[in-house]
Amino acid sequence: MHKRSLSKKLVAASLATLSIAASQAAMAARDHISIVGSSTVYPFTTTVAERFSRATQFKTPVVESTGTGGGMKLFCQGVGENTADITGASRRIKQSELDMCNGNGVDVVEVQVGYDGIVLANARTAEPFQLSRKDIFLALAKEVPNPDGSESLVPNPYKTWKDVNPALPAHRIEVLGPPPTSGTRDAFAELALEGGCKQYDWIAARKKEDKNAYKAICHNMREDGAYIEAGENDNLIVNKLVANPNALGIFGFSFLDQNSDKVQGSLIEGKAPTFDSIADQSYPVSRPLFIYVKRAHAKVIPGMKQFLAEFTSERAWGEDGYLADKGMIPLPAAKRRQVVADVRKLNALTNLAAKQ
Amino acid sequence: MTDLTQQQVRERIERRLASRHLKEKIFRGLGIASIAFGVLAVAILFADIIAKGSGAFVQSDIQLEITYDPAVLGIEQVDQESLTWANFTGVIREALRERFPDVSGRAEKRELYSLVSTGAPFALRDRLAADPELLGQTEKVWLTADDDVDTFVKSLSDSRNGFRGRTSDRMAGWIDQLLVAGELKKRFNSNFFTNGDSREPEQAGIRAALVGSLFTLLVTLMLSFPIGVAAAIYLEEYAPRNRWTDLIEVNINNLAAVPSIVFGLLGLAIFINFFEMPRSAPLVGGLVLTLMTLPTIIISSRASLKAVPPSIREAAMGMGASRMQVVFHHVLPLAMPGMLTGAIIGMAQALGETAPLLMIGMVAFIVDVPHGITDPATVLPVQIFLWADSPERAFVERTSAAIMVLLSVLIAMNASAVWLRKKLERRW
Repeated sequence: MHKRSLSKKLVAASLATLSIAASQAAMAARDHISIVGSSTVYPFTTTVAERFSRATQFKTPVVESTGTGGGMKLFCQGVGENTADITGASRRIKQSELDMCNGNGVDVVEVQVGYDGIVLANARTAEPFQLSRKDIFLALAKEVPNPDGSESLVPNPYKTWKDVNPALPAHRIEVLGPPPTSGTRDAFAELALEGGCKQYDWIAARKKEDKNAYKAICHNMREDGAYIEAGENDNLIVNKLVANPNALGIFGFSFLDQNSDKVQGSLIEGKAPTFDSIADQSYPVSRPLFIYVKRAHAKVIPGMKQFLAEFTSERAWGEDGYLADKGMIPLPAAKRRQVVADVRKLNALTNLAAKQ
Repeated sequence: MTDLTQQQVRERIERRLASRHLKEKIFRGLGIASIAFGVLAVAILFADIIAKGSGAFVQSDIQLEITYDPAVLGIEQVDQESLTWANFTGVIREALRERFPDVSGRAEKRELYSLVSTGAPFALRDRLAADPELLGQTEKVWLTADDDVDTFVKSLSDSRNGFRGRTSDRMAGWIDQLLVAGELKKRFNSNFFTNGDSREPEQAGIRAALVGSLFTLLVTLMLSFPIGVAAAIYLEEYAPRNRWTDLIEVNINNLAAVPSIVFGLLGLAIFINFFEMPRSAPLVGGLVLTLMTLPTIIISSRASLKAVPPSIREAAMGMGASRMQVVFHHVLPLAMPGMLTGAIIGMAQALGETAPLLMIGMVAFIVDVPHGITDPATVLPVQIFLWADSPERAFVERTSAAIMVLLSVLIAMNASAVWLRKKLERRW
């Protein structure tokens, strides 16, 4: 008898605690903006979030760094207090993600906020490199087209830059870069490696037959020591480049900007990575940064409109704005004006092709 | 015959005595060596963290002569509305230009303006809000310096790790002038203890993370201790020994070894997606950590219940006590010190967790200090992780300083566990 009543009490007590906790949670209305998404956009959204809350009476938005894909999953879950209001993305939303969003009743407003460049840099004490994307692909891919010209793949045979392209120096290929978990590495593989890879028509043709095989050819980095994973810390890569003038390093443009006394960016397709060449997109390894806004939340969550206004204000994303200080490359002035007008209207994105 | 054998035995023992003593010495020496190794490792860790982190407790300030000029501020009177839009940045820039009148050119001015923290205008706003009389007046104010300036100033006194970084020769010259004039001073960095996170290192603090940790642990303790102790008492004192209880025991031991990220996934699925609790809340964090610490508490509670001699139970039964009276009047008080120790160790473990919190949104940028268990919050180890990942140089010392705070909390918790055990322990 005792046994049973005691255990019953315990079960009842723990259930009561849980249900009290749950009902408390349900009652609390959300009064802050919730932002998820890319770790590349994170430094910029957090900066805006902080300034926004200081300048206004609103609570500081909560910014989670979940990665672009993870952010999209959380964002597209549905409409309601427990879902994110905004997600940051270091690439454009995919059609599949947009379909998932729309399927869950989420109307998405696209806001392009700026650009981010990825650089291949070496120490200032060495000669600057002049590379094409094809050179980068041949030097760093795991498998490359057979040098004899046949349409087959061989494990990367190139030892020095001169082997890849006779115009390049005879240094051993040695590139320091981020590990596979990094978004910078993904973007570099997509923009630089794939950019060179698809110049081979027979590889590009495979994209239609087998997308995964194509991706494996174009995105896989070599693992024989020519590409060295140097961790996520870009500062560390900069220091290693200074110590080893023959090595190249891969990192975000903002780190080049802040260490321009120590390292220099390689020219890619004849273009040096500068503020201007990334902004006008002539530098090929640059990607647009976006935030995606849930239209249904814009009117419900306090401060959403003001937050968007702050993000798209000249003092934030302008050429001399505080985001440029943090390393974001601003959009051209005309494009900025157009985005501001679009954001005011909060037009939902329905078809990716419609607005490029 | 017997004497002879004794004699022989004695000889044999004496022959082996030296080598036995030697072995004893070697064994003791190894013990001391391993302890010394451990102490050395801890000493190096502490020395490194303290050397790196102590700088974070001071922060450079710049003294400027600020004129609250209504024309520059763009306001006519001081009220809520005008304070929001007043141009305090302009006032600071004006003061900087007056201090260094020979600065000209856009690039040079930009460098000059970057001497003062971007948080400084808000400090001025608060001053003016507190004392509206200041409008139109001039006063000398100490303003927080930018993190680049702060890093540079700190590196001046440390020739080994001297770091110029983003400070140009021109800026270094201005900083020297300010230092000579006594208009740049280091003070205790109270921001570090009163602010939440910030993108600007000079304004970043651990308050929000510390309070978040406190709320999370509170929820964890309130749930895991009663549930864990109740489960332990039932399993130890009441439950029959059969296949079911064996199964439960195996599962509890298993759960204690499950990687903590799994509990995070569970929390995401149950508490956030099913019960629709808010993301990033200490409530959910506490619930997830409860799941994680429960096995620890149950196992240690059962061990301390087992350690109570059966004679106590039998004596109480013999006096006619019911089983519940036996447990609550005799066994539980004797087992409590061990249970508390287990609970505190479980809590200390929970305090250091980051992985399960990732899934439930507590790895986040939190500026506002949370006021309840449903406010968005983060915890100390997450704050350390986020700062360690930041590019700004000044975050390096703040990371170490936050580690120092976390370690002191942990040491306090573990010391209290030892103290409780000493104080309440009964020996038989």
